Amino acid sequence: MRRRSLLTYLPVITLGAFLAPVGAGLIGTWLPAFGYFPTLGGKSLSLAPWKTLFAQPGLAESLRLTLLSGVLATLAAFLLTVFFLAACHGGRVILAVRGLMAPLIAVPHAAVAFGIAFLIAPSGWLVRLVSPWATGWDLPPDVATVQDSNALALTLALIVKEVPFLILMTLAALEQVRADERLAVARSLGYGPVVAWLKAVLPAVYRQIRLPIYAVLAFSLSVVDMALILAPLSPPPLAVQVLRWFNDPDLTMRFVAAAGATLQLLLVVGAIGLWRLGEVVVARLGCAWIAGGQRGGDGRVTRAISAGLLQALVMLASAGLFVLAMWSVTRRWRYPDALPSALSLDTWSRQASDLLSTGGVTLITGLVAAVIALLLVLGCLENEWRRGLTLSNRALWLLYAPLLVPQVAFLFGTQVLAIQAGIDATWVALVWSHLLFVLPYVFLTLADPYRALDERYARTALCLGAGPARVFWQVKLPMLLRPVLFALAVGFAVSVTQYLPTLFAGGGRFATLTTEAVSLSAGGDRRVMGVYAFLQALLPLLAFVAALALPRLLAGPQAGRRGLQPRTA
Amino acid sequence: MSVIDVSREHGLILSRVEISRAAGPHGGRRILGPVSLTVPPGEVVTVMGPSGCGKSSLLALICGTLAPALTGSGRILLNGEDISPRPPEQRHIGILFQDDLLFPHLSVAGNLAFGLPRGLRGRRARRDRIEAALAEADLSAFYDRDPTTLSGGQRARVALLRTLLSEPRALLLDEPFAKLDVALRDRFRSFVFDHARAQGLPTLLVTHDPQDAASAAGPRLQIDAEGRIADGRRTGRDHRPGNIT
Repeated sequence: MRRRSLLTYLPVITLGAFLAPVGAGLIGTWLPAFGYFPTLGGKSLSLAPWKTLFAQPGLAESLRLTLLSGVLATLAAFLLTVFFLAACHGGRVILAVRGLMAPLIAVPHAAVAFGIAFLIAPSGWLVRLVSPWATGWDLPPDVATVQDSNALALTLALIVKEVPFLILMTLAALEQVRADERLAVARSLGYGPVVAWLKAVLPAVYRQIRLPIYAVLAFSLSVVDMALILAPLSPPPLAVQVLRWFNDPDLTMRFVAAAGATLQLLLVVGAIGLWRLGEVVVARLGCAWIAGGQRGGDGRVTRAISAGLLQALVMLASAGLFVLAMWSVTRRWRYPDALPSALSLDTWSRQASDLLSTGGVTLITGLVAAVIALLLVLGCLENEWRRGLTLSNRALWLLYAPLLVPQVAFLFGTQVLAIQAGIDATWVALVWSHLLFVLPYVFLTLADPYRALDERYARTALCLGAGPARVFWQVKLPMLLRPVLFALAVGFAVSVTQYLPTLFAGGGRFATLTTEAVSLSAGGDRRVMGVYAFLQALLPLLAFVAALALPRLLAGPQAGRRGLQPRTA
Repeated sequence: MSVIDVSREHGLILSRVEISRAAGPHGGRRILGPVSLTVPPGEVVTVMGPSGCGKSSLLALICGTLAPALTGSGRILLNGEDISPRPPEQRHIGILFQDDLLFPHLSVAGNLAFGLPRGLRGRRARRDRIEAALAEADLSAFYDRDPTTLSGGQRARVALLRTLLSEPRALLLDEPFAKLDVALRDRFRSFVFDHARAQGLPTLLVTHDPQDAASAAGPRLQIDAEGRIADGRRTGRDHRPGNIT
């Protein structure tokens, strides 16, 4: 009986565990933003921090960069996702792409950013491959392709990182809205494939992917680690500038930073609001377009362009990873050689002890956070099943809250809270801060497969005399082994990728591969950057490989035939 | 016969059982019943009705796995005891569905062992019991096999064996023949009914196939789309075996 009652409270505990720090962190940031921060002498509310904030030189440019990269990246990623899926629905490309998306999502943002920087920089691999024989460039061309003044490099990296996420979320939504039937009807009424998808499927699918899109928009507007590597630095995008103010030796700048963090939040809220408005307008126009009856062509051009662009993105990401690996084992690679002239493992062995400690922290934090998240999520889902509840739309918003609120807008407040609780710069704070972001992703990954499991299996098992606990451990968990391990790998990957939470909650005492790699970006030794960024990408990839391979190993050689993930009815 | 006598009877007895919606916009609306019926040991009672009339919910209520959105009332007596307060795993009621629902992560023997009561101790004894059951169903060769490699008919038989090995005191059948092809259906039907009769199990079959009912050769109860008993209503006040009131 005790067990059941604990399970009943689990959803509340879980929501509290990750909503309370976000909420308290927001308030803890808003107060100093309005001058109230007794530790630093701010004892009354005032607008002074805001006045100082708006007087900061470069603020307008920071805002421009933020909005430009964030909105452009989201819009491009969304359009590419929609047109690719519309044009290639049911084709073999989709199958190939689906298999590639999960590993791409697993690669941390910083590693993607480094990979792209190493490729597209004036002295990057792409230029080296075609110089000097095709271009005549004996010296790297004097063009800013990285940290360019319009943050286009950052935008590109954001697109590379967000398209896989949007594609996977949309593919999952397509199954729910029975897209194949809708398409079959539209096609039989004479509509071309792309127009049929846009008119008959997209309106239903968009509802399902709205929250993921908002999450992408919020993330793109407030990304820090990628911006530190790819965006211009003076002035940088707002989130980076806010982080600088927080780290300013002049402690009174904390007030300005808090105001900036709040401005960042307003920016995201405003952008989401504008996007929502855009949805209304597009829906209005779209209804007229749908009623107009245009059938559209065979979609060959759309297919060629969107599939081509997507392949280019995949190649960019993989080539980036490859060039990271290559730099990590380079001894000498002079411009404009296409390949290193001498290879060695020197960089790896010189960094070995640092790698071991930062890698260890990364590994253990990720595993602990992922396991805790998995236990909480499994408990919530099992409770939901036993009590016959379903998650309401509002609860889903709560789940997305940590993904919609910019990290920089609440982590300072959370840190202040952690200091007061005496857990600042401890393991508990570090894992907890990662958990805020790991939990939603683990839930989103596991909820659908868990709910799709034919409940008659559990009913049969109950009627065979097995208690609910035995049904959970011996029937459901083994049948869901694949998705459970996959969710674990997702959780681990999300933890590895965290930059700001590690900085704030770790209080400088914990360095992960991500924080190390990003801090190296200022230095400029590509070999060391390559080592850290490659290892940072390798850990989550290994986690995914393990998640795919383990069920097979556990079940023995017949596993392939046994089909561990049945999804009936 | 008084009510008290009824409760002492062996078999499965439903007394004024109703199912209604628990909450929500249609809260409290009755979807099935009231139904009263008696299934004596070794006999098969058939409940027929169109899809959506609540047949499966009736079986779920008896098993104790009714969806939380629904509530049941009335008394469910198994061999004289009211089982409705018990959790499903303590009711000793076996159920077969349209699909065999063999656990795909366990071998044939693993599935059967899952059903075998904990009370039967010792690996040797458990193995013997499973082997005997398989041999009796002409499935000896399949002990270690992966259930997904079996034919539909073989899987159906394993599913029944799994249920029987759990030593149920009553058997519920939720259209278990519907997905089998015609030739197989007759054979599996008699396989199920023969076993149920041999073990003296009160058996309740829900179906919309008249063939099933004819083959069961027991009393029938017809439910209409609103969940009411449509015909076959008899006025007899006694609960003679198989009688439906």
